[in-house]
Amino acid sequence: MGQGAVDADLTAQIAERVRAAYAQGTPLAIVGGGSKLWLGRRVEGEPLEIGGHRGVVRYEPSELILSARAGTPLAEIEALLAAHGQCLPFEPPHYAAGATLGGTVACNLSGPARPYRGACRDYVLGVRIVDGQGEVLRFGGEVMKNVAGYDLARLMAGAQGTLGVLLEISLKVLPRPQAELTLALELDAARALAQFNAWAAQPLPITAAAHVGERAYVRLAGAEAAVRAARLKLGGEELADGAAFWRSLRELTHGFFSAAGSLWRLALPPATPVEQGLHQCLDWGGGLRWVLSEAPLWDHAAARGGHATCYRGGRTAVFQPLPPALLALHQRLKRALDPARLLNPGRLYPEL
Amino acid sequence: MSASHDPQRREALIRGLGEILPPDAVLYEHEDLRPYECDGLSAYRRLPLAVALPSTRAQVAAILRLCHRLAVPVVARGAGTGLSGGALPLTDGLLLSLARLNRILAIDPTARIARVEPGVRNLAVSEAARPYGLYYAPDPSSQIACTIGGNVAENAGGVHCLKYGLTVHNVLRLTVLTVEGEELVFGSEALDAPGYDLLALTIGSEGLLGVVVEASLRLLPLPERQQVVLAAFDEVGRAAAAVGAIIAAGIVPAGLEMMDNLAIRAAEDYVHAGYPVEAAAILLVELDGTNAEVSEQVMQVRELLLACGATEVRTARDEAERELMWKGRKAAFPAVGRISPDYYCMDGTIPRGRLPEVLAGIAALSREYGLPVANVFHAGDGNLHPLILYDANRPGELERTEELGRKILELCVAAGGTVTGEHGVGVEKLDAMCVQFTAPELARFHAVKHAFDPAGLLNPGKAVPSLARCAEFGAMHVHRGQLRHAELPRF
Repeated sequence: MGQGAVDADLTAQIAERVRAAYAQGTPLAIVGGGSKLWLGRRVEGEPLEIGGHRGVVRYEPSELILSARAGTPLAEIEALLAAHGQCLPFEPPHYAAGATLGGTVACNLSGPARPYRGACRDYVLGVRIVDGQGEVLRFGGEVMKNVAGYDLARLMAGAQGTLGVLLEISLKVLPRPQAELTLALELDAARALAQFNAWAAQPLPITAAAHVGERAYVRLAGAEAAVRAARLKLGGEELADGAAFWRSLRELTHGFFSAAGSLWRLALPPATPVEQGLHQCLDWGGGLRWVLSEAPLWDHAAARGGHATCYRGGRTAVFQPLPPALLALHQRLKRALDPARLLNPGRLYPEL
Repeated sequence: MSASHDPQRREALIRGLGEILPPDAVLYEHEDLRPYECDGLSAYRRLPLAVALPSTRAQVAAILRLCHRLAVPVVARGAGTGLSGGALPLTDGLLLSLARLNRILAIDPTARIARVEPGVRNLAVSEAARPYGLYYAPDPSSQIACTIGGNVAENAGGVHCLKYGLTVHNVLRLTVLTVEGEELVFGSEALDAPGYDLLALTIGSEGLLGVVVEASLRLLPLPERQQVVLAAFDEVGRAAAAVGAIIAAGIVPAGLEMMDNLAIRAAEDYVHAGYPVEAAAILLVELDGTNAEVSEQVMQVRELLLACGATEVRTARDEAERELMWKGRKAAFPAVGRISPDYYCMDGTIPRGRLPEVLAGIAALSREYGLPVANVFHAGDGNLHPLILYDANRPGELERTEELGRKILELCVAAGGTVTGEHGVGVEKLDAMCVQFTAPELARFHAVKHAFDPAGLLNPGKAVPSLARCAEFGAMHVHRGQLRHAELPRF
C-alpha cells in the first residue's frame, strides 16, 4: 500500500481468510509492508496481506494513547504524532519504506533510545488479533494500567505473527523532548563502554549512546535546561546533524553496515567487556553490539549472558537456539493460540 | 476426591514436606494455619491443608515435585498484602510461603541491576541500592511490606508508574519453577531475549503459571531533585481537566494523584498533612529530574493549575513537607479505615478523559446504594481506587457493597476501561472478568494456563473465571462496553 491509500477495516475479511485456512489446513505467511520479510526464517505459506487493513482508529493526544490498525504505515503514525508534539519513544527502525505498525510490533523493534526509554513491547497497551482458528480476540486495552487476564498483548510483541495475526494495536505515546542534541567524543570502544555505564547510573538526560569507529556518540534530550547542563558536564563536540547519525544507525545505513559478510546482532548485558578483534559497533549504551562475522556467534553471546540474531546472511537459522525445556514450552504456547500451526510457521524456529 | 476430605493424602503431604523441610518450616495445626487464612482482602478466609516455609530454591523445587506427584494444588504467597485474594488458600491445597527466600543476592551498580529472591520486600531493594545512587522504581503503597515475588505476580504499580512504568517495565529476568519443579529462565540481563516474551506473560499471572525463585530488577539513578505541587479545586471535574492540561502541555509528572473531599478529610484527620479540607478535590503533582528541569516545570505546572481554576496552589517548601504531602496520600486507605467500620477498595482503570463522567456515575451509584464512596486515585494513568464505606455487621451491607463495587467496575468497562488496573483479579473480580472478556478470550487464557500447568495445580480457580461460572453469572452476552439495558439511564 502506497501513500494516499484509503483507510479500511478488513477485520471480517482477514478473519474469514484465517478461518478458511484453518478449515483446509493451509499455512499462511503474513505480509504487511514487506519491509522485514528478511528478518526471520523463510515461511512457506499462502500470503495473507494485511497492508490494506489500515488507519488510525483513535488518537487522543492528552490521553497519550494511539490505536491504529496493523497495516497503518509507521511513517504515517509518526507524522501524526509529530504534528501533536508527540512520538513513539522507542523510535522503531523502518528498514524500508512501507513499514507498518503491525510489523514493527510483531518484530518488537526498537531504536537507539531503547535502554533509556524502553522497548516497543513496553509501550504496547492492547491488541486485537485473529488467532490460529480465525477468532477475533482483544487483549489489554486503551488504558495505561491493566492487569485483567494474562498479558497476551505484550506476548504478541516479538512473536512475529506466530501466535496471532495482529489487527489493531494500542500504544502509549509520549511528548517529544523539548530539546535534543548529540555529542561526539574521541574514545575507544572500551573507554566509551565504561563511560556509558557510568553515565547511565547518574541522573542525566541521555536518550542514546553508541560507539562507531573511534568515536562515541551520546544524545541528550529533555527539558532545555537539563540538556544544557548535561552538555557542559559531558564535554565533547556537538554534532551538526545528530538526527541523521542516529537514523543511519537505526536503519543500518551507516557506513559500518556496508561491509560485506553476515551481520550479527548481539544483545548482551550492557557492562559486558568489549571483545578485541571483532569488527563491531555498539548501540544501546553497550547493550547492543553489531558484529560482522562469518562464524556463528550463538555460543559467544550465550556465554556472556545474552543472545545473538543472524540479522543478515542467514535464512535457515536466524534466532538464538532455545534450551529444550524452553522450546517445549514455546511449542505448547503455540498450540494454545494456533493449534494447527498455520500462522507464519517456522518464521522464528522450525518447531513453531 | 479432594485432599481435604482425603486424610491419607493430607498425611502423605505432611510426611513428604517433613522430608524436605525442618520441622519449624511445616505448619499443619489449626492454630498455626490461622495467620495464613487470608491476604489483604480479608473478606475471604480459608484454611489450607498445610503451610510450607522453604528457605532455598531447591526446597521449593522439591515441594513442587511432591505436590505434583500427590496432585495437591499450590498457592504461592509473599507478604500477603494483595488486595484481590490471589493468595487466598485452598482448603485442599498447600500454602507455599516464599517469605523466607528473602536474600538480596547482588546489587550490581555498573549494570544497574539487583538480583533478589522473591521474598525480598519492595522497599528493601531501594534501600540496598541507595548507597550507589540507584533505586527500584515501582512503589506500590504497601512497599514497606510487600515482596518482589508478589509484585511480579500482580504486576504491581504505584504512584510513579505514569513515568516509570509497572513491574513489567522494571523486571529484566525471572527464574521460574514450573509446577513439575523444573527451572526455567525468562527474559535476560541483556535488554531482550530470544523467543516469546514469557517474562511479560508471567508478570501479572497471579501465580497461575509458575513460581518465581529469583528476579533481576532494573535500577534507576535517583533523581537529582523531586518536588511536589499541591493544588486544590472546588469541583472534581476541574481537577480532572487540569490533569489532562498538564499532560497535553508535554509534561509527564513522576506522580499525579487525586483525592476527593471525603478522602482529603479522612487523610487530614489521620496524618495532618495540611490538606485544604474544604476542597472538593486536590491534585498532587510530583516532578523529578535535574535541578534546572524541575524548577522550570514547577513554574509551568503552577500556571497550568491556576489557569484550570485551582483555588490554591502550593509547593512543598522542603523535603519534610514533601514527605508529609505524600504521607497523606499513601495513608489514605487506613485513614478511610478510621472513619468507617469497613471499607472495600476498588481498582478500575479508565481512559483519563472519561474521568469527570465516571466520577459522576460513581457518585450517583453511591447515592442509589446509600453507601459513601471516597475516591483516591492515580489520576495520571486513570487508575481509580473508589473506597466504599460500609459496616459488615449490618445484615446485608457486605452484599450491597459488593454489588455496588461490581456496578462501578461495569461503569469502568463501559467507559473503555478495565476491571483491575493493578490489584489483580484474584478471587474478587472473577465475575467482573466475565464482563470484560468474551468466552473465546477466556478460553485462550485457559489454554495458556494449560500450556504451563496441564494438571491445573498452580493457584487454580483464581484470576480467570471458568466459562461455566460466567454462564451462571449471566454476563457472557455483555460484550465490551455494551451494558445490558443500555437504554436505561445509569446516573
